[in-house]
Amino acid sequence: MSEEFVLQTVGLTKHYGGVHALEGVNFDMRKGEHVAIMGDNGAGKSTFVRQITGVEQRTRGKIAFYGDEVNFSGPLDAREAGIETVFQTLALADDLDVPDNLFLGREKTKWDFLGPFRLLDYRAMREATMAGLEKTGVKIPNIRNTIANMSGGQRQCVAIARTATFASKLTIMDEPTAALGVQETAQVENIIRTLKEAGEPLILVSHNMRQVMDLVDRIIVFRRGRMVADLDVNATSGEDVVSYITGAKTGTEFEGAA
Amino acid sequence: MSDTSQGTGGVTFDQTKRSWPSEMNVLLALVIIIVVFEVLGQILPYMNDQSFLFDTRDRFDTIFNEARIKIIILQVAIIGIIALGVSQVIITAGIDLSSGPLVAATAMIAMSFGQTELVNGYANPKALFGTWAMDLPVVIPIVIGLSFGAAIGAINGIFIAHFRIPPFIATLGMFLICRGIALWWSAGNPISFPTAQYKAIGDGMMPVVWFLSLAVIFHLIMRYTVYGKHTYAIGSNEEAARMSGINVKRHKIMVYMIAAMLAAFAGVVLSAKASTAQAGMGEFYELFAIAMAVIGGISLTGGRGSIIGTVLGAMVLGVIRSGFTYIKLDGSYQLMAMGGIIISAVILDQYRQRNRA
Repeated sequence: MSEEFVLQTVGLTKHYGGVHALEGVNFDMRKGEHVAIMGDNGAGKSTFVRQITGVEQRTRGKIAFYGDEVNFSGPLDAREAGIETVFQTLALADDLDVPDNLFLGREKTKWDFLGPFRLLDYRAMREATMAGLEKTGVKIPNIRNTIANMSGGQRQCVAIARTATFASKLTIMDEPTAALGVQETAQVENIIRTLKEAGEPLILVSHNMRQVMDLVDRIIVFRRGRMVADLDVNATSGEDVVSYITGAKTGTEFEGAA
Repeated sequence: MSDTSQGTGGVTFDQTKRSWPSEMNVLLALVIIIVVFEVLGQILPYMNDQSFLFDTRDRFDTIFNEARIKIIILQVAIIGIIALGVSQVIITAGIDLSSGPLVAATAMIAMSFGQTELVNGYANPKALFGTWAMDLPVVIPIVIGLSFGAAIGAINGIFIAHFRIPPFIATLGMFLICRGIALWWSAGNPISFPTAQYKAIGDGMMPVVWFLSLAVIFHLIMRYTVYGKHTYAIGSNEEAARMSGINVKRHKIMVYMIAAMLAAFAGVVLSAKASTAQAGMGEFYELFAIAMAVIGGISLTGGRGSIIGTVLGAMVLGVIRSGFTYIKLDGSYQLMAMGGIIISAVILDQYRQRNRA
């Protein structure tokens, strides 16, 4: 496994009982690269994300992160390794405020000798939250508001700011703009551009062709659990990608895969 | 099309104030109920202008009728201790029905190690064990009682977290088991005549001291520690808590253990206060504890509410109980009124939930 790759998978496979959700995926991405994963519903995009973030355990295959083979036993492992994920379901606690959500599960604390009763360092978490929001340009009127009182776009921004607050080695976003309006979508896309400028690698799972063509360097297409195309955005067109997604075309190097 | 020139910058973060706390609503309700009783005291013909909370006849040196205020707090203190634990359980979107019988079982078990050997020079007529268990230092019955509570809580938690039994069913089972243990421990006989040290735990205003100090401790824990934050997170969105790397199972077991230990401690205090332990003790305590939490604004769907709210909820129940005695209406009306207030509290909570976001 080479160190020039941020993430590399070899023969990544996931079966749910008899369902072959993911079959022999060989994926790689370089440092600073922004890669989109596209495909129809049930093509295996989210399954792929769940395997590399440790939410589920793969059936077979190898995953290497910055050249080292990894076996994440849970999402926390992946996060500690530096993979930050914005899940489709957002994974926010509605009754907590913004700093609480940003630091959920990795709170800044004082008096650690108290074990589970160690004290929360609210001030440090608030300051880091503001710094993180400023870095990503996310606008939230009052960070002490609970998530329940926020709009869909604000929630999405909180979820994304969570990944951006912590210096991550790889950011993964699973359909970050699926439920958003025009302005909110623009804001999320700006955050993604900020990450690109900062050289932080990103995997974007999206259905939105315009967005993908605008934002990423490379498009990976999944179909029925297999990788069927690996396209440079500058050397392809929207129609081309669609024909890969629908199965009208299959990349030459993937012949026989699907 | 996206426009890169908009959507970033101009960030304002000076507004970090918190909104109106929902405990204020409970406090408001408490004040209204007190005012209602005060007014009733003035207008009901048979009340002779008595005041509910004020010392109108100058029987004391203070403005308030201290005796009544003391009684109001004292009569809810022991159930209030249970409510502190039940609140934490409900914040995780669970429920604990086992606390009432656990009070009785712990009272029996703790008291059997807290008995005194000689009563007025004669052998203790209610002795359960031989002289080896007599006149032990008070820490022994307390440690035994709390350990028993911790064990029951751990069993509750393991069934709920690992075997995914709904909390209602798991703790309903434990409700019957604990009542059974309370009866079996001494074959149904009361256990009485504790040592002076044991008696002192529940003497006079001691239950109030325990209740209020535990309330302060758990308020601080729920608000300022990782334990508290994770408890709210689990009740708010268990899936998100798990994905954030919180060990949800271990945390739930801990919450049920703490709740059961608080109920066990309430059992020790109750038996000390009564100087006796009986298998029928603590009847309906679990329900009143839940009622205090719910009146205090703890949402049964989890994630919301606070210990301050629960303390205020306990005060509401105490004031109602005392108020009905004050206006000379008997217990049957009290129960009906409490029932109505519990239901109104839940309706208000749901109304609040619907009207936000």
